[in-house]
Amino acid sequence: MKSFCTSMVTAVAALSLGAVAAYAQAPAPPAPTSKTLEQVKARGVLVCGSNTGLAGFGIPDDKGNWTGLDVEFCRAISAAIFNDPNKVRFVPLSAKDRFTALQSGEIDVLSRNGTWTISREADLGLLWAGVNYYDGQAFMVRKKLNINSALELSGASVCVQQGTTTEANLADFFRANNMKYEPAVYATSAEAVKQYDAGRCDAYTTDMSGLFSERLRLINSDEHVILPQVISKEPLGPAVRQGDDQWFNIVKWTHFAMLNAEELGVTRANADERAKSTNPEIRRLLGSEGDFGKSMGLTSDWALRIIKHVGNYGESYARNVGDGSRLRIPRGLNNLWNKGGLQYGPPVR
Amino acid sequence: MTDQVHHLAPRTPLLTGERIRSAIWQIALLVGLVWLAWSAVENAARNMRARGIPTNFDFWDRTAGFDINASLIPFSAANNTYGDAFYVGLLNTLLVGACGVVLATILGFLIGIARLSSNWMVGRLAGGYVEIVRNTPLLLQLLFWYNAVLTPLPGPRQSLELPGGVWLNNRGLFMPSPDFGPGAGWAGIAILAGIVGSIVLNRLSNRKRLSTGKGFPVLFPALALIFLLPIAVFMAFGSPVTFEYPQLRGFNFTGGARVVPEFVALLLGLSLYTAAFIAEIVRAGILSVSRGQTEASSALGVSSGLTMRLIVIPQALRVIIPPLTNQYLNLIKNSSLAVFIGYPDLVQVFAGTVLNQTGAAVQVIAITMAVYLVISLLTSAFMNWFNRRIALKER
Repeated sequence: MKSFCTSMVTAVAALSLGAVAAYAQAPAPPAPTSKTLEQVKARGVLVCGSNTGLAGFGIPDDKGNWTGLDVEFCRAISAAIFNDPNKVRFVPLSAKDRFTALQSGEIDVLSRNGTWTISREADLGLLWAGVNYYDGQAFMVRKKLNINSALELSGASVCVQQGTTTEANLADFFRANNMKYEPAVYATSAEAVKQYDAGRCDAYTTDMSGLFSERLRLINSDEHVILPQVISKEPLGPAVRQGDDQWFNIVKWTHFAMLNAEELGVTRANADERAKSTNPEIRRLLGSEGDFGKSMGLTSDWALRIIKHVGNYGESYARNVGDGSRLRIPRGLNNLWNKGGLQYGPPVR
Repeated sequence: MTDQVHHLAPRTPLLTGERIRSAIWQIALLVGLVWLAWSAVENAARNMRARGIPTNFDFWDRTAGFDINASLIPFSAANNTYGDAFYVGLLNTLLVGACGVVLATILGFLIGIARLSSNWMVGRLAGGYVEIVRNTPLLLQLLFWYNAVLTPLPGPRQSLELPGGVWLNNRGLFMPSPDFGPGAGWAGIAILAGIVGSIVLNRLSNRKRLSTGKGFPVLFPALALIFLLPIAVFMAFGSPVTFEYPQLRGFNFTGGARVVPEFVALLLGLSLYTAAFIAEIVRAGILSVSRGQTEASSALGVSSGLTMRLIVIPQALRVIIPPLTNQYLNLIKNSSLAVFIGYPDLVQVFAGTVLNQTGAAVQVIAITMAVYLVISLLTSAFMNWFNRRIALKER
């Protein structure tokens, strides 16, 4: 009898394993052509990969509301889809985990100051939908070191966040200038900044915008200076998975809609009124003419929703990182193309 | 009843025989498991291909393009590959694991024995240590040590000078590194010869003691063999060593050898934590040796130190070794918490930076898991061998 029991248990185990395996295979994995938009609509919420906390770009405030340039970008997509900027669930991701989270489908869009590079598109199977912040890597040091240039950093210990282009650019910069250095590598930028502040490193490096933002966290912000050299090109922007062109278009044109709105003088305050404007460009953008939104699976007033709820690019910039914020980063490269910057929205036509 | 009658009836044993039936079910289970594993791999590979995620190991030979601040082998961003970074991480893990195991064992034995001390103060101190250390999370302790080691230390320009050209600051411990000339190899051989000689000497002494009841002194001749012999050989070759002293240049010391603070913090945290558990294991082991043994030993006039060393510990070891193996495995696996304090171990370098730069998540994690599995199995195998060796041999 005992051995019969044993065999039965074995049999049940074998069968259930088989069943588990069959089940594991049965629901076809979301094929690359699947519609992210449909999933988002069905779920009723956009899942947005965000920073774990970078002032001005993606950080929760004291009430737990996410704020920042990258965060508002996700709110803009949510507004375009749901006519509500708050149907977003933010998933804070470290630099190390962010791409895996996007690849595996855990998030719909990654809006987390990620640098657009060829390997991330060609090797990781991602696509950058645009550049919502043109940045470059730089160094921050203590004022008392009396250093004026990054080229004087030979022999320094440099704190850096792991798993970033920053880590590789740092190696390139010192190699290219034939200088020595010691990298002190930490999993999060918060830890890297903390150790820099504690004196473990002579310099802290990340993108210029990040330096402005992290400097606010230091015990004595005034004792630190950001060196002027920009050692890399860091086009930061939202990324999506490859294989869903419709979703790629929605994310890409959300950015362009915000740029075009700024260029055409459409703001959060005047959007509804400007929709009645006679200017054909504005009418097309805000959906008073044409049906461009519908071709993307949205409504024709998709851009109007974005501007009404979030505002144009210039407003979002000023509020989060520009004059209206504590960071006060000049527009620089992020000004519109007709104002000396690089931000250029293709026509809505 | 009918059932039993049925059972008693003669039948062909081919498919219904108990052994065959059991074998069939076992084969079915094995096939099920293999199929499950295969379909999981196949499923993952298909999904990865569909999403444009690399499924091969091509990244292994690509130039790394990032630097590592603590490495046992030469490593630079320009000249080394991701594969080399793997070895750097692996060696760093093994280094902290090996040092941690040794340190934790020594500390654990001392504290375990101290806890049983008849001295009230010593016993209570050891007890307090064990209770505090093993009841707080390891990660918290690591962070504590990292900040405790780092924060009070001065910057490079106010470094503390220690004897022998050693400097200490918040960038690490800087020591002169020896640069051996020709002939130094013979001194190394002399050390080995000294160790082998000591072992032989010990065997001879044991043999003599077993046959005559009295051995000859071993400790001092052995120390002389291990230390004086190599030094004599070294002198004979005219001391062929020069030291490279660390010097403060610019931001920090250059030259010489260096121990990074991350290593110190990780080593301290892991050993002190594991030592608390080992102490309890040692205490349990010692208490498991019947009191009669100690009493018999002291009745024979054997000193308490010798009683501990020759009577109690050898018997206690049989109880101690199996759970001690667990602690060693824990320590090695816990070393992956290095990620949180920036020590470049396997997880930090390989499953962190390499994974992120290459995007080959599944391959990198699979390799990392396999490495920990192999390290743990090897440790376990060694400890099992050791356990069999010291087991009570029934004759």
